[in-house]
Amino acid sequence: MICEIKYNMKILTEHIDVQGIETIDVFRKHGGYAAVEKALKKMTPDEVTEEVKKSGIRGRGGAGFPMGMKWSFLAKPEGVPRYLVCNADESEPGTFKDHYLMMKSPHTLIEGMIVSSYALGANTSYIYIRGELMYVATILEKAIQEARDKGFLGKNILGSGYDLDLHVQLGGGAYICGEETALLESLEGKRGNPRNKPPFPAVKGGLWQCPTVVNNVESIATTAWIVNNGGDEYAKIGIGRSTGTKLISASGHIRKPGVYEIPLGITVEDFIYADEWCGGIRDGHKLKAVVAGGSSVPILPAELILKTTNGENRLMTYESLSDGGFATGTMLGSGGFVVMDETTCIVHNTLTFGRFYHHESCGQCSPCREGTGWMDKVLYRIEHGQGRQEDIDLLVDVAKKIEGNTICPLGDAAAWPVAAAIRHFRDEFEWHINHNLKIC
Amino acid sequence: MKVTIDNITIDVEPGTTIMNAARQIGPHIAPPAMCYYEPLKASGGKCRGCLVKVTAGSEKDPRPMPKLVPSCITQVQDGMIVENTINEQVLETRKGIVELLLLNHPLDCPVCDQAGECHLQDFSFEHGVSKTRTVEERNTFEPVDLGPYIKLNMNRCILCYRCVYTADQITDGRVHGVMHRGDHAEISTYIEKAIDNDFSGNVIDVCPVGALTDKTYRFKSRVWFSKPEDASCNCGKCSGKVTLWYRGDEVIRVTARKNEWGEVKEFICNTCRFERKKTSDWTLEGPTKIARNSVISANKYGANTIKPAFPLKQAAQQYKQINDDRDRSFLEPQKQLN
Repeated sequence: MICEIKYNMKILTEHIDVQGIETIDVFRKHGGYAAVEKALKKMTPDEVTEEVKKSGIRGRGGAGFPMGMKWSFLAKPEGVPRYLVCNADESEPGTFKDHYLMMKSPHTLIEGMIVSSYALGANTSYIYIRGELMYVATILEKAIQEARDKGFLGKNILGSGYDLDLHVQLGGGAYICGEETALLESLEGKRGNPRNKPPFPAVKGGLWQCPTVVNNVESIATTAWIVNNGGDEYAKIGIGRSTGTKLISASGHIRKPGVYEIPLGITVEDFIYADEWCGGIRDGHKLKAVVAGGSSVPILPAELILKTTNGENRLMTYESLSDGGFATGTMLGSGGFVVMDETTCIVHNTLTFGRFYHHESCGQCSPCREGTGWMDKVLYRIEHGQGRQEDIDLLVDVAKKIEGNTICPLGDAAAWPVAAAIRHFRDEFEWHINHNLKIC
Repeated sequence: MKVTIDNITIDVEPGTTIMNAARQIGPHIAPPAMCYYEPLKASGGKCRGCLVKVTAGSEKDPRPMPKLVPSCITQVQDGMIVENTINEQVLETRKGIVELLLLNHPLDCPVCDQAGECHLQDFSFEHGVSKTRTVEERNTFEPVDLGPYIKLNMNRCILCYRCVYTADQITDGRVHGVMHRGDHAEISTYIEKAIDNDFSGNVIDVCPVGALTDKTYRFKSRVWFSKPEDASCNCGKCSGKVTLWYRGDEVIRVTARKNEWGEVKEFICNTCRFERKKTSDWTLEGPTKIARNSVISANKYGANTIKPAFPLKQAAQQYKQINDDRDRSFLEPQKQLN
């Protein structure tokens, strides 16, 4: 057990259960918009960026790229507008943290947006939210209107001379539009196809060919706290390069599913079994497997998710979860923590994921377009009692052909769960095939 | 800028892509291109057939690139070392790409008008395997008429987006695009509206497969029975430089001129393509140069003739490599019970 972890450390969800927190008055009573005042009145944009860099916060959307470094890549040519785009197109199966945060406390995000836009020098910023969350968009738009009325948005914010327009844009409900360049295409009003990189969005491949930073909701919302309390203070939470807190959306066969804000560095065992978080597996059952970071990351069986191959306790950090590579590890991803007990059929579960990626592939590059469909069809056959023994190796091979050969990471995301399920639960696939099982 | 591709070093202009550098060396080095089309802006990067291994990024930073890179959109750096045909990983990946492209592509080459000049045929012949691992049914679509001249057979489409860029860049009032997602995505004109434009016929030429075909030529002839001749005319709308495809004395098809990579540099108008089908409409300039290994050139031109033994030998060699272990027991005569 690591002693310095403050278990009740909450940054984003501290006041989330306060009645009326979605209104600006209540939000301000609980310290809201202090970061905007501090940043715009007392700090330069570079100082804000410096604090974010010091905090060591890593992108919460899934890839875990250091946010400060991403910001420092932003090209700043004269006379060219820069944009900040908030990626609220959260559609990964198993992940629902941003949805929860925006729905409950929209001002947390808006405050972060103002501070981040100020740091990046963006005068127009967008929140790209997925189409299905229309009611959340309404909540956000209402909150933006409130902030504008109070003078936190618009021209000359708080007399600092800084202007910011914030827009909410609804997507069409496509998973692929959560990929940053597909999101930008969609935001420009085109078909949401990922772009070829380079050029990268931060240089000139961004929104309308201007330098653009795309960040996740959770990352942006956190910047307000970092400005208030300093990057060093944030870096004290967590272990090593995994600093701060993380929203985890826990679901599956646990006693208490929901969104939890955890300090990075608690053990996975604690997270699953402690009463303050998931509260253990549902009665009379035991842990079988965990998908630790949303459907895209490799699934791990119980013995590997609780302990690494070195026999150490696995922690909820970027490094510890990916310990052992893909052979025996997984990823923290976007924090979609799906727990399965022994009643779960892994083949069925893999089929569900496979079908999702088949449905959501944009169809632009051939490995992903054809490969996801192929894997889906083969998995469907195995699940429905028409599998052949060679299908298992075929799936592994198709996954290998997709992985790394596609334009965007959706191909990898489709290949990993299938490959991992076969790696760790090959016996179940074989059992399905040998027993010609029609329905599990 | 010096770049080494398959151990051959060449000096190219800055900003050249790996693909174009390789093309400057020669066809045996150039990676296959299913979606990349030089005259069309923003094309490329989609089919992943041209993936190559970069073993050294540049002279300054000689680290290898972690993933295979699409050569058609990756620009060369000074001192870059690229492996194309000599890298096992690249060839293995290409095999996979062919397999995936053919997954939903009907193998109806015997009745397809594109057969003989199909990029996918060439690609699978050069890089594919002759064995299939799929038992799944293919996705099917109904054929669609795009106006009076063009037929769209979505079954054969490999979604290279070339026609989309053509419609976008050389015709105005864009009505041509892609609908839906994934393997059920399809090329479509806006609510099946005809592409009503003088240059719409060019989508036929840019299509690497037989998805978009010329309705005035459909099922008239196999391409290797016709003989291409370069010709020109004074057309007010386009350059008027075309290739006429003869069968006997009859012009059965008019296309734009394609270079050795199958790319059209000067697009032609619909009047030239669909209306002028008499020799008297044209000034002949002489036979079109066709690559030696193309089926179109077989048994046509004296000096340029392929010796019949060569393709036969090649075919025999390929045939031997076919690893066909399908269950054929049902073909064997049934043993009589004694």
